[in-house]
Amino acid sequence: MKFLRRFLDRIHPLFDEGGKLEKLYPLYEGVDSFLYTPGEVTGRASHVRDGMDLKRMMTTVVVALVPCIAMALWNTGYQANLAMQQPGIDVQAAEGCRGSVIGMLGSGYDPSSILSCVIHGAVFFIPVFLVCNIVGLGIEITFACIRGHDVNEGFLVTGMLLPLTLPPTIPLWQVAVATAFGVIIGKEVFGGTGKNFLNPALTARAFLYFAYPAEIVGETVWTAVDGFSGATPLGALAAANVETGMTAITGGGLGQLSVSWNQAFLGTMQGSMGETSTLACLIGAAILIFTGVGSWRIMAGVLIGAMGLSGIMCGIATGADAGTFTNAMFLMPPQWHLVTGGLAFGLVFMATDPVSAAMTQTGKWFYGGLIGVMTILIRVVNPAFPEGVMLAILFGNVFAPTIDYCVLALNIRRRKARNARAA
Amino acid sequence: MEHHASLFVKSVFTENLALAFFLGMCTYLALSKNVKTAFSLGLAVIVIQGITVPANNLIYQHLLKPGGWLPSMIGSDIDLTFLGLISYIGVIAAMVQILEMTLDRFFPPLYNALGIFLPLITVNCAILGGTLFMVERNYTFGESFTYGIGSGVGWALAIVALAGVREKLKYHDVPAGLRGLGITFITVGLIAMAFMSFSGIKL
Repeated sequence: MKFLRRFLDRIHPLFDEGGKLEKLYPLYEGVDSFLYTPGEVTGRASHVRDGMDLKRMMTTVVVALVPCIAMALWNTGYQANLAMQQPGIDVQAAEGCRGSVIGMLGSGYDPSSILSCVIHGAVFFIPVFLVCNIVGLGIEITFACIRGHDVNEGFLVTGMLLPLTLPPTIPLWQVAVATAFGVIIGKEVFGGTGKNFLNPALTARAFLYFAYPAEIVGETVWTAVDGFSGATPLGALAAANVETGMTAITGGGLGQLSVSWNQAFLGTMQGSMGETSTLACLIGAAILIFTGVGSWRIMAGVLIGAMGLSGIMCGIATGADAGTFTNAMFLMPPQWHLVTGGLAFGLVFMATDPVSAAMTQTGKWFYGGLIGVMTILIRVVNPAFPEGVMLAILFGNVFAPTIDYCVLALNIRRRKARNARAA
Repeated sequence: MEHHASLFVKSVFTENLALAFFLGMCTYLALSKNVKTAFSLGLAVIVIQGITVPANNLIYQHLLKPGGWLPSMIGSDIDLTFLGLISYIGVIAAMVQILEMTLDRFFPPLYNALGIFLPLITVNCAILGGTLFMVERNYTFGESFTYGIGSGVGWALAIVALAGVREKLKYHDVPAGLRGLGITFITVGLIAMAFMSFSGIKL
């Protein structure tokens, strides 16, 4: 490693003011501080209270995402391998170069073999991940060089979150377009990391959702096997009628899924690559809360909002006559809402994004509650979107500054009143 | 009652005047620099919408529409709806003036809070838009009242949200060419994308 340090030191003058590659200084600085602790130390008394800087914060989020990524690799392959075993599916190998990679490694298509599943998942996840990061980092570095700010770790997290929220069959050019939209319009036009008011990963996801709905919703996108169609539990229930109710997910009959609550909790079901496993998200949540990176207030707020509203809806719906309502989504109990779709993933990793969330402690409760309530509302009431978390969090992001404003204004008023009494 | 509740929710969220139809953009962009002003303006819009939409509803149903009171008084099935635009604008301007004078005389604090925004609202196209939607959808008097209040609340909500975001953006490092209205347009677009969550809700 000493060699690397020496190399970096040797080329440093090139990037200094007046050097040949002065314009590319942010790139050099980014690589340097990514590999080593920055060399500059404050000369006078500094105001650092904690070693927690942007770099460590982002790294913690990346560590917390590891269980989700592992599940994404395994489950994507597992679902595909399972689908290939289905009667009526005549697919012997994955298509194109993906198939040749698997053939070269000789891992086969056995759903009971962990290695085979992970490799089959990796040939779908890794390309999406690479495209997303190459495009995103390219844009980030270009902006940093032109506008003269540092390349920082902000994009690392966005570049991990976005692939995890996409289905495995997503065309790679769409990943590139969405990443570009998310990074440029969602973040860079506002001044880069820490200046955005919407979560860039979700902006990119929402852009894809509205621009290319055919590739991101439906029954055929979730598993990368030709001719196989499997709905997500939320999609299945949204399409079901009231008499079928929850058996649309658990029944296992003709045209029904057979996903038990435990399966949904572990994440062995159809869905976006990284968001199926509630268990993996829980591990991530524990890491984020323990290190203080993610706000537990926001997580609790979302949880209370979502569980409360879905509990009320489910309670009313199970008590009512089946004839009085036509929407089977009302029948989904709260514990099912938590384990299906992206609620757990969004709750842990997206809603807690410190930049776009509410900043005040009281505001965080309201912000979380708003997201939770909106998630359930969109899922249940809006037939166009069986999955509501993404839009609910964007909605929360939009109102976060207003929530903060109200909290501050109320606090100022309270303190004014207190002082007036004292005087 | 249920019908009115769903009409209210629809006019606040699904058919938000500012973010789904992009009406009233001039005031929406120009006066959303801080939350306080935005809130006053939003309040004024709610009040005016709540008065003018039902008032115009009466005019439309009874004076202009064929088969209304006035046409049948004259005795033939004449259609006076071509006078619609000019009468609605007249009513809006008159209502705003009357409201302004009433507030000035009886509720000075509210009058001072709304300030310049009351007369300004006369030319806000969201107000006329609300009336025209009411005509197009042929609302009854009760419905038009609910719709007026609802669309006003929706517009107020949108401008307060934008003002909140813009207050935050004050400290941001926006590229020089985009500063001012440019970044505001992008912001409004992104906010409208978040409001897309309501599109498709059938109530």
